[in-house]
Amino acid sequence: MLKVDTEKCTGCGECEESCTFEAIFVEDEVAVVNQDACTLCGICVDGCPEGALELHVEEGLLAADLSSWKGIWVVAECRSGVLAPVTLELLAKSRELAGELGTEVTAVLMGHEIESKAQELIFYGADRVLVVNHPELATFTDEVYGNILADLAKKENPEIILAGATAMGRSYIPRVATILETGLTADCTGLDIRAEDRALLQTRPAFGGNLLATIVCPGHRPQMATVRPHVMRADAPDPGRKGDVIRILPGEELLSHRVQVLESVKEQAEGPNLSEADVIVTAGRGFEQEKNVELARELADLLGGTVGATRAAVDAGWLPGRTQIGQTGVTVSPKLYMACGVSGAIQHIVGMQGSAIIVAINKDAEAPIFDVATYGLVGDVKEILPLLIQRIQKERGS
Amino acid sequence: MNIVVCIKQVPDAKTVRFDTEKGTLVREGVEAVINPFDFHALEAGLQLKDTYGGEVTVLSMGPPQAENALKEALSLGADKGILLSDRAFAGADTLATTYTLAKAIEKLGPVDLVLCGKQAIDGDTAQVGPGLAVRLGIPYVTCVNALNVLDDGKTMHLRRVNEDGYDMLELEMPALLTVLVSLNTPRLPSLKGKMLARKAEIPVWDARELGAKPDMVGLAGSATQVVSTSVPTFEARREMLEGSAEEQVEALVSRFKKAGIL
Repeated sequence: MLKVDTEKCTGCGECEESCTFEAIFVEDEVAVVNQDACTLCGICVDGCPEGALELHVEEGLLAADLSSWKGIWVVAECRSGVLAPVTLELLAKSRELAGELGTEVTAVLMGHEIESKAQELIFYGADRVLVVNHPELATFTDEVYGNILADLAKKENPEIILAGATAMGRSYIPRVATILETGLTADCTGLDIRAEDRALLQTRPAFGGNLLATIVCPGHRPQMATVRPHVMRADAPDPGRKGDVIRILPGEELLSHRVQVLESVKEQAEGPNLSEADVIVTAGRGFEQEKNVELARELADLLGGTVGATRAAVDAGWLPGRTQIGQTGVTVSPKLYMACGVSGAIQHIVGMQGSAIIVAINKDAEAPIFDVATYGLVGDVKEILPLLIQRIQKERGS
Repeated sequence: MNIVVCIKQVPDAKTVRFDTEKGTLVREGVEAVINPFDFHALEAGLQLKDTYGGEVTVLSMGPPQAENALKEALSLGADKGILLSDRAFAGADTLATTYTLAKAIEKLGPVDLVLCGKQAIDGDTAQVGPGLAVRLGIPYVTCVNALNVLDDGKTMHLRRVNEDGYDMLELEMPALLTVLVSLNTPRLPSLKGKMLARKAEIPVWDARELGAKPDMVGLAGSATQVVSTSVPTFEARREMLEGSAEEQVEALVSRFKKAGIL
């Protein structure tokens, strides 16, 4: 429970100001906690200038000997023989964190016939690569990938494990954290080290990016996080970097799985996927007919981007569900987001408002999408997009 | 078929406001609704019940008012709802939440299928489903958008969506699935359902009832802690380009050039 040290408390009211739940207030110049409303989030504790607040946690769980956990692990993701960009981004970030912690960076590479990637991971920043190469890892199953990673972590006690917040990472990394009975922070966009206690500060968006929370994992190890692709920057590869490659043969007991992969289908012929794209052209209801969506594809191709959809465009069957952007779809933050024929329902806006440049094209000048747009164009997408495509082609031609 | 659907009550996106100065959510005037993904998990459960018979139990961990979410689920056709509510559950992260939900499901007895939404729209973690399956010792599949039970009534064929396309998977129940909104279209409540729900008693299970260890639930059982929150501000930027369609396009192209896009 949340406790107030009445000796220290000056009744300044900072805690009352900071509480989201109206669970702490000042009465007779001292802070009083409404324990029924308090969710023990700890925000007031952090903000108290007098250090008068304390979250009282039952002893017993915080017993892990933290100092025996060493090193940063990056879980490499290799899809169709290519290292995921987020893996390279994580290696660069890990080098920075390892510098602050005075420790080394280990990449864990699981798959089949992936050994050649080990050297690449070293060029991008790994000091050491643990390679688990096995036919059972040719297709992804949560059980096998999760069991092997958890087993390695139990043997080696890393201080930090980072993985990409991809479909795969967000599926099997929670398995690993639960097996290890430790904390896991999902879909982080910022990582830092708190110098005084080596804690990993993990910043992540919640409420579709409307709230940023910084999270720590004080009494458990490893500290685990999945990290959103395309937020951190990869270093250029250094072909002169040296590192150790360690081959690991997984125990048979780790290889059994109850989910069988019957088939893996690639729908995306080419081009970047939504979470990794620099440019996204999103089609909304304003396209009116499926055939007009071709305009969005053409513009996306021209700009080296990919096509996204609103809920309405998915419901109409114009675009597949996996391209849906927003609260019940994907959250994106590309360099350029083009909302075409999109009205801007709040459920859509929370999924794209972190984009660097937002262009909105809509017939209705009052559409809410214009409130978040960097540049607004009022008009019919069926008229504006052909003009824009022609104009860009002309620009490219000259 | 014994089906458990886990649902969460979340703030309605349409009513939520954020306080940029305090860096927090404004609770006042916020309406609580069932997490949008969870409607699709419930619908999947109800469709299976319609075909194979059995029972759909809806489970939610939350404050006393989460009873409303369970009643809404009953109005849609769920057979019973159970609320996991206790002061000791407050402050739970996903590790403590999965422990608490697992204790409740174990108490319910043998279950064929546990269904969850892909993620809750407030926390956005997508971790409770997988973690719960591990706690229960059953296999799981995330991001399911097509589901088919074979003639044996036990084997499922599923489509799991990823960045590049999808995987077709096979597994046997008991299992846990997290579902996408593209899986199905949730039904609307019937008049009869609404009346039944209004009269229904929702049992409340606390930590003692679950036989949960005090150091495994709520804040005490959580590995992670929030140290601070903030509300990101997006620069005020709205610039409406003017003139005819051609002029607007011309203006946009010049801004693209300036930004290095062209």
